[in-house]
Amino acid sequence: MTLLAVERMKLFTTRSPWWCTALALALTVGFAALMAATANDTVPLTVAATQFGFQFGLVVVMVMAALAVTTEYRFGTIRASFLATPNRTSVLLAKTTVVALLGAVVGEVAAFASWGVGKLIRPEADLALQTAYEWRAVAGVGLVYLFAAVLAVGVGALIRQSAGAISILLIWTFLVEGLVLLIPRVGDDINRWLPFNMANMFITGDPDPSNRDVAFGPPPADAGLAPWPALAYFGGVAVIILVIALVVTKRRDA
Amino acid sequence: MTLMATERMKLFSTRSPWFCSVLAVGLVVGFASLLTLTSNDPAHVDLGLLLAGSQFGLMVVLVMGALAITTEYRFGTIRTTFQAMPGRTAVLGAKAGVVGLLALVLGEVAAFGAWGVGKVFGVEAGLSSSADWRAVAGLGVVFALSAVAAVAVGALIRQSAGAISILLVWSLLIEDLISLIPNVGDNIRDWMPFVSARRFLGNAGPDPVLGPWASLGYFAAITAVLFAIAAVVVNRRDA
Amino acid sequence: MIEASGLTKRYGKTLAVDNLSFTAQSGRVTGFLGPNGAGKSTTMRMVLGLDTPTAGDVRIDGKHYRDLKDPLRTVGALLDAKWVHPNRSARAHLAWLARSNRIPAKRVDEVLELVGLTGVAGKNAGGFSLGMSQRLGIAGALLGDPKVLLFDEPVNGLDPEGILWIRKFMHRLADEGRTVFVSSHLLSEMALTAQELVVIGRGKLIAQTSTEEFVAMATEASVRVRSPQLDQLRSALGRDGVSIRDEGDSLVVTGIDAAAIGDLAAAASIALHELSPQRGSLEEAFMQLTGDSVEYHTDIANDTAALLATGSVAR
Repeated sequence: MTLLAVERMKLFTTRSPWWCTALALALTVGFAALMAATANDTVPLTVAATQFGFQFGLVVVMVMAALAVTTEYRFGTIRASFLATPNRTSVLLAKTTVVALLGAVVGEVAAFASWGVGKLIRPEADLALQTAYEWRAVAGVGLVYLFAAVLAVGVGALIRQSAGAISILLIWTFLVEGLVLLIPRVGDDINRWLPFNMANMFITGDPDPSNRDVAFGPPPADAGLAPWPALAYFGGVAVIILVIALVVTKRRDA
Repeated sequence: MTLMATERMKLFSTRSPWFCSVLAVGLVVGFASLLTLTSNDPAHVDLGLLLAGSQFGLMVVLVMGALAITTEYRFGTIRTTFQAMPGRTAVLGAKAGVVGLLALVLGEVAAFGAWGVGKVFGVEAGLSSSADWRAVAGLGVVFALSAVAAVAVGALIRQSAGAISILLVWSLLIEDLISLIPNVGDNIRDWMPFVSARRFLGNAGPDPVLGPWASLGYFAAITAVLFAIAAVVVNRRDA
Repeated sequence: MIEASGLTKRYGKTLAVDNLSFTAQSGRVTGFLGPNGAGKSTTMRMVLGLDTPTAGDVRIDGKHYRDLKDPLRTVGALLDAKWVHPNRSARAHLAWLARSNRIPAKRVDEVLELVGLTGVAGKNAGGFSLGMSQRLGIAGALLGDPKVLLFDEPVNGLDPEGILWIRKFMHRLADEGRTVFVSSHLLSEMALTAQELVVIGRGKLIAQTSTEEFVAMATEASVRVRSPQLDQLRSALGRDGVSIRDEGDSLVVTGIDAAAIGDLAAAASIALHELSPQRGSLEEAFMQLTGDSVEYHTDIANDTAALLATGSVAR
């Protein structure tokens, strides 16, 4: 508990988490407002459409989580941290917990605020949360952010440099997974098992296709698992990377 | 010329540009090899697919361009630089020039490398039309302009993390998500800078808003505006 | 020569430098003295055109820094020894600096030799100790063989040998006719290094004077005298140039030394119970002058005397 409190204090006594939180909320809710304002009869506002900004929030949460570790290396405070608590695994786990919880909170607030802003601007739209799919599309955002933060802390601890860690995270998430599709024959199959595609599967997967046009919400993902196992898979990848980071950090000189 | 020579010395006396260069070319050529080797019918792989990995190269160039200036702020050498060369616009121009030239070379090497690798593995796509030439030889130009834009963004933001996040999120995410906005999204997307750059390289799609060369001109104009803003801000700001 | 007039720098609500005017002459080491946070580094950055003054002006040999052609040939500066890329070798760092101001490449090896870094010239600057970084910074400052040199806290963190080396080095530079402007928060260090002093506190000028004068004023002797016949003693001492202050059963006297007081007392048959010279500590006087508790005056003599006379800084 002490470690968690320490990491919480460290996180919130610098400006960047506040910035990141505000930015994540502004981007997601702002995009939802934009979608709601521009919706019309041919393209009605749907629950899924209020969550278009999901990926913006995801970027910000991952950048924040990576920075939470890399700035410690940048300013040398990681040594102070390890002097205060020589058990490095505990330090990193505490940091991961705090950052991941913040990610989850940001995700839930962003998702429900986006949904709420949609309801506010388009009271007539059908935004009731009824199906399991609709619940996952909104309430599931926090869970994805939580594991994305865990993954980003792991990558940050491995790379130790802000520029490198952020580049890898963003390029992987938004470029590599997409470009893999282009590989002939095997591309589709590989893509079905990539972590962020799995995360998308959890958020957008398994909608009743008769309910809506693809254009009315984020395109449904095509992944190798059903939504909940897909989330478990995504979480599993995040945890594996974190564990590798923990082992490496323990062995490495601080 | 003195300024360019100075910036060249600075750039190449650290490791990261070498690393980025190898990575940029390696990713583009490597991805082209992967695509042709796994293809059932390499003979009919088209140029567009062969050069799909240029997106990786572009990201590396953006990161390299931003780092070229943000590391100067990070380590305080920007003050040493301005102390030695008080003309800040000229310094920024020289830096953008050197990084842009490097990106130009990287783009050409990567594009012709990818094309050559394709040839070796049996791709039949030749450089017959002017569109083919634009797709291959044009990559260096797009890389060069992107690098200049990245230097400008780096100079404005001054922090590696922030500058890289903005550049990557903009080019990878925002430009595409824009098109999701009902009614106007697609129209806005047509005027996004990197979309315009890709239109120059060949992904025009039906009924393009600008021709290939006008698209390149538009991309260059946006880069010039960014650079001008950066120059004004750097001159006004305390180093 | 460096001339600052009315130099002012405001960051939001705080005035970092407030209407500061001073000159640093060629052929002299001018110390720039003030406590940490007094605005010394900000002032130096403005001299070098890095920061733009909110008001006022600073010129080097009559020119603004930004108007100098190949400025490293006119002004060399070491503001922060850590302003080097850690993955760049010492030689590469100096090489690009030289190239930027059209300085011949062989000069790089000369300055490396001069500061004693030839042996580690190929090593990355990130691995240097503070002393080595400081030497590299000085090498960079000397690269263009400049007439004007600025050093910001150059002895910070150095070992005694390094401090001595820098002190001698600055004297040599000044003896060669150069303008040497060096900042420090340590009066004791400046007393040994500088011939002229520009003293600031909270961004304002407190004094510009020669070091000798400043030290003399700051340490001007006073004498404490105790006697059962204080009134007679007071009238015996009453003459020009002597100031007397009552402190209960004793007098604190300045402007006359202990021997003369003893003679006067003997001549007037006054019994003395104590006759003790008081020496002010240089550092304490300086701290009082520049500290928060004191209002700033440019009349350094009165200030110092008053401070010492109160006994609060006397040992």
